Amino acid sequence: MRRFIVPLATISLLGLILTASATDTLNLYWQSVLMFMGINIILSTSLNLVNGNMGEFSCGHAGFMAVGAYVSSVLSVALFAPDGFMGGPYLPGHLAVFVFPLLLLAGGLAAAVTGLLVALPSFKTRGDYLAIITIAASYIIKSTIENVGAVGGARGFMGMAKVTEAMTAVWDIPWMILWVFAAVVFTLVVIRRYVSSTFGKGVDAVRQDEIAAEIMSVDTDRIKLVTFMLSSGLAGIAGGLFAFVLGYINPGSFTIIKSTEAMVMVYLGGMGSISGATLSAIVFTLLMEVLRPLQVGKWVLIPMMLILLMQFRPEGFFGHREFTDIFPRLRRFLGNGK
Amino acid sequence: MALLEVVNLTRDFGGLRAVCEFETTFEGRELLGLIGPNGAGKTTVFNVVSGFYAPSAGQVCFQGKNTAGLKPHKVTALGVARTFQNIRLWFDLSVLDNIRVSQYYHLEYGLWDCFLRTERYKRREAAIERNAREILEALNLAEYALELPKNLPYGLQRRVEIARALSVKPKLLMLDEPAAGLSSADVDDLIKLVGWIHKEFGLAIWMIEHQMDVVMKLCTRIQVIDFGRTIAEGTPEEIQANPDVIKAYLGDDAI
Amino acid sequence: MESFIQNILNALQWGSFYSLIALGYCLVYGVLSLINFAHGDIFMAGAYFAFFGATFLLGKTGIIPPGMPGWAVLALTIPISMILTSALGVTLERVAYRPLRRKGAHKLYVVITALMCGLVLENGNLALFGASRKNFPSLVPQVVYSLGGVSVTNLKVAVILVAVLSFLFLHYVVGKTKIGMAMQAISYDRFAVPLMGIPTDTVIVFTFVLGSSFAALAGVLFAMSYPVLDPFMGALIGWKAFIAAVVGGIGSIRGAFAGGFLLGFVEIMVVAFFPSTFRDLIAFSILLLILSLKPTGLFGVARRTKI
Repeated sequence: MRRFIVPLATISLLGLILTASATDTLNLYWQSVLMFMGINIILSTSLNLVNGNMGEFSCGHAGFMAVGAYVSSVLSVALFAPDGFMGGPYLPGHLAVFVFPLLLLAGGLAAAVTGLLVALPSFKTRGDYLAIITIAASYIIKSTIENVGAVGGARGFMGMAKVTEAMTAVWDIPWMILWVFAAVVFTLVVIRRYVSSTFGKGVDAVRQDEIAAEIMSVDTDRIKLVTFMLSSGLAGIAGGLFAFVLGYINPGSFTIIKSTEAMVMVYLGGMGSISGATLSAIVFTLLMEVLRPLQVGKWVLIPMMLILLMQFRPEGFFGHREFTDIFPRLRRFLGNGK
Repeated sequence: MALLEVVNLTRDFGGLRAVCEFETTFEGRELLGLIGPNGAGKTTVFNVVSGFYAPSAGQVCFQGKNTAGLKPHKVTALGVARTFQNIRLWFDLSVLDNIRVSQYYHLEYGLWDCFLRTERYKRREAAIERNAREILEALNLAEYALELPKNLPYGLQRRVEIARALSVKPKLLMLDEPAAGLSSADVDDLIKLVGWIHKEFGLAIWMIEHQMDVVMKLCTRIQVIDFGRTIAEGTPEEIQANPDVIKAYLGDDAI
Repeated sequence: MESFIQNILNALQWGSFYSLIALGYCLVYGVLSLINFAHGDIFMAGAYFAFFGATFLLGKTGIIPPGMPGWAVLALTIPISMILTSALGVTLERVAYRPLRRKGAHKLYVVITALMCGLVLENGNLALFGASRKNFPSLVPQVVYSLGGVSVTNLKVAVILVAVLSFLFLHYVVGKTKIGMAMQAISYDRFAVPLMGIPTDTVIVFTFVLGSSFAALAGVLFAMSYPVLDPFMGALIGWKAFIAAVVGGIGSIRGAFAGGFLLGFVEIMVVAFFPSTFRDLIAFSILLLILSLKPTGLFGVARRTKI
C-alpha cells in the first residue's frame, strides 16, 4: 500500500493543476510560470548529474537544450503543421498526441549524441578543461543553427503552436502542462534510479577519487560518457518543451546566460542533491518572476546572491544530502533509498 | 603457468629511468615482499603492473595474458587488486558503498535494467550487497558498514581499503606500504590480518613495505630494489645478511 | 600576395587583443590555478574607464574646459584606465577570492564566484549606464601607410607593437625579477612559499595588478580601433581569449601569447575564405581540434599527479 502513496500523490497533483488551468483558476501567467518551473527542474537536475555528482564543470547546458529544441520543433512542424513546411504535413493532426512525446525523446536523443561528441575530446583533458570544451561547443552549436537558413537561422523558428492546436483539437486540455509535468516526473525517476544504483554510485566515486575508481574496476571513461549523455539528453528534452511552451525559438535563447541560469540552480541547491536541485529550480523560477520589475537589476542581484552563497554556504540548500536525509521517515514512501 | 610474470620491465619518465630490467615471478600463493630505499621505484613497479603506466620496455603477463595496453580497470578484472600508499577510499561514500562500487566489473546489468528496475537489476544489486556485507563480516568491519570512512580512525580506514581490494576477488593482492602511518598496535593487527588473508583467501600477496618487522614476519621471499634495479632476492634471513642491501639502506660505512 | 600580407597584418592586430587578454588569464591561472572568468569583463571595464577618462579630459563633461590635445589625452587616459582597472581587479581579489582562499575553499567555489563577478560587472554596467552604446572619441588622427598593395594604419602598428612589448616586459618580469620568480614559486607549491618568507598575498595582488593592467591596455586599444562600446563586449572576447590561452598552453606566458595570435590568425583567415557567419563556428572547432590532439596546449607543460 505504501508503495502507491507517492504515485497517487503525483497523479492527484497533476489532476489538480490541469483542472485549475482548464477552469482558469490558474490564469495563463501562472500556468506559464509552472511550466517554466518544470523545465527548470529538468535543466537543474540534469546538469546536477555532471556538475554535482560527477564534480565536473560543464558550462554548455544551453547548447544541448538548443539541439533538443530545434530537433523536436522541426520534426513536429514538418510532420504536423498544415502550412507545408518541408513538404508536410505528413501525419494527420490527431496523431500528434501520441507522436509528440516520441518527438521530444528524439530531441533528447539528438542532444545525447551531441553530448557524446562533446564529451569524447574531453577525456584526454582534465578538470577545468571540460569548461572550455562545453563553452566552445555551445558557441559552435549556436553558430551552426544561425547558419542553417532552412530552420530560420538567426531569425528563429516557429510553428509549434500549430502542433499544440492539433493536440487540443483531440481533447481540449492544456497539453503542454501535461507534457511538462510528465517530463519532470520522468526525469526525476530516471535520475533517482541512476544515482541510487551501484552503477550510479560509481559517478560519485569518480568524483572523489578517479584513480581509485579506475583501479577498483570502474570503467571511468564509460561512466563519464554515459552520465554526460544522460545529462545532455535530458537537457534536450527540456529544450523541446521550452520550444513548445514558447511557440518560438531562436539561437539567442540558448546562450551562455541560459547555461549560467542552469548552473546557478545547481549550485544554489547543493551539488549532487536531487532534492536540492529541484527545490532551487522552483525557488529560482519564482525569484526570476518576483524580480522581474527590476529588469536588468535582477541579473546583478542574482550573481551577487550566489557570490554570498559561495562565501557563507557553498554547499547550497542541501549540500550533498537529500531531503530524505533530513526527514528519514519519508524514505518509507519513496521505495529503495541509499 | 605462472600467476604473474614480469619480464625485463623498464619504465622511463623522460630522462629518468625509474625502473630498470625488473623481473619477478609469482608461481602460486606466495607472499612476496618488495623493499628498497625511498625513491627506489617500488611504487612505479606497482603502477606499471596494475596498468597505470605502460612499460617502456619489457612485459607483464598475468596468467599468461599480456597486460600491455589494458586500462587499469581491465587489469583489475583479470584478478589483480591493489591498495595505495595514501589511503584512497571514497571518503564521502559509506563503507558499504565503497565495497559495492568496487564490484563494478561484476555489475552484470545494463542501463535499461537500472532505469526499469528489472528482476535482473534487483538480483544483482542484492548479490552485490550480500558480497559486500560478507567481506565486511570477515574483516570485522560489519558494524561500520554505514559509516563514512572520513569518520573512522586511520587503522580502520586501512582495513576498509584492504576489504575493498578483496571484494574484487583477486588472485593477486598488491599492498603498497599498508603499515604506513599506523600505530604499533595497529601494525600488529595488520600483520595478523595480512597473514590471515593469505591463508583464508588463498591468494598471492605482493607487498611493498618499509617497516622491517612486517616484512620479515610475513614474507616468504623478499626482493630488494634500489635506483630501479633489483639488487638482491631471497628469504628474509638471506636478505638481512646481504651486504648490498645493507649498503643501499645504510650507506658504505655500515659494512 | 598583397592580400595575404594584408590578412597577416590584420591577423596580427586582431590577435594582439586576444594575446593581451590571454596574458591576464595566464598570470592568474599560473599563480592561483584559477580561471578568472571575470577577466573578459575586466577588459570591458578597461575600455569603459578609458572612455570616461577620455571624455572627461577632453572637456566633454563640462567639468574641465576643452582644449587638451588628443595625444595628451591619450597619454593620460592609458595610465588612468590601467590604474582604475587594476584597482577593480584587486578589489575582486580582496573581496571575493581571498576570503575563499583563506578558508581553503574548494577551487570550484572560487571559479563560480569569478563567473558571478563577471556577470555583476556586465549587468551592473548595463544597469548603471544604460543600453545605449558608447562612442569612444577619436584621440589621435589615423595615418595610413601604404607599402606596395598593403595598407596599414598607425593604430594597427601601435597595437601590434604594444602586444609584443607587453610580452617582452612580462617575460622579463616573470623570468628575471624576484617577484616574478615568487609568482612561479607559488604556482608550484602555494603552501611552501610563505614558509620561505615570501608574502603570498602581496605576490597575488601584484599578479592581479599585472593581469588587469594589460587587460585595460587591450581595452583602450580596442576602444580606439573599434570605437563602439557595449557592456557585453568583454564576454565573447573574454571566452575566446581564454580558450586561446588554453590552446596555447595556460600557465605559460609564451603559450598564452601564441594562443592569442593563433586565434586571431584563424579568425581572420576564416573570414577571408568563408562567409563571416561561419567565423565563430570554425574558429572554435579548430581550437577544440588542437586541444584534443594536444591536451596540454601547444606550449603547456603537463603536471603529473603522483599515484
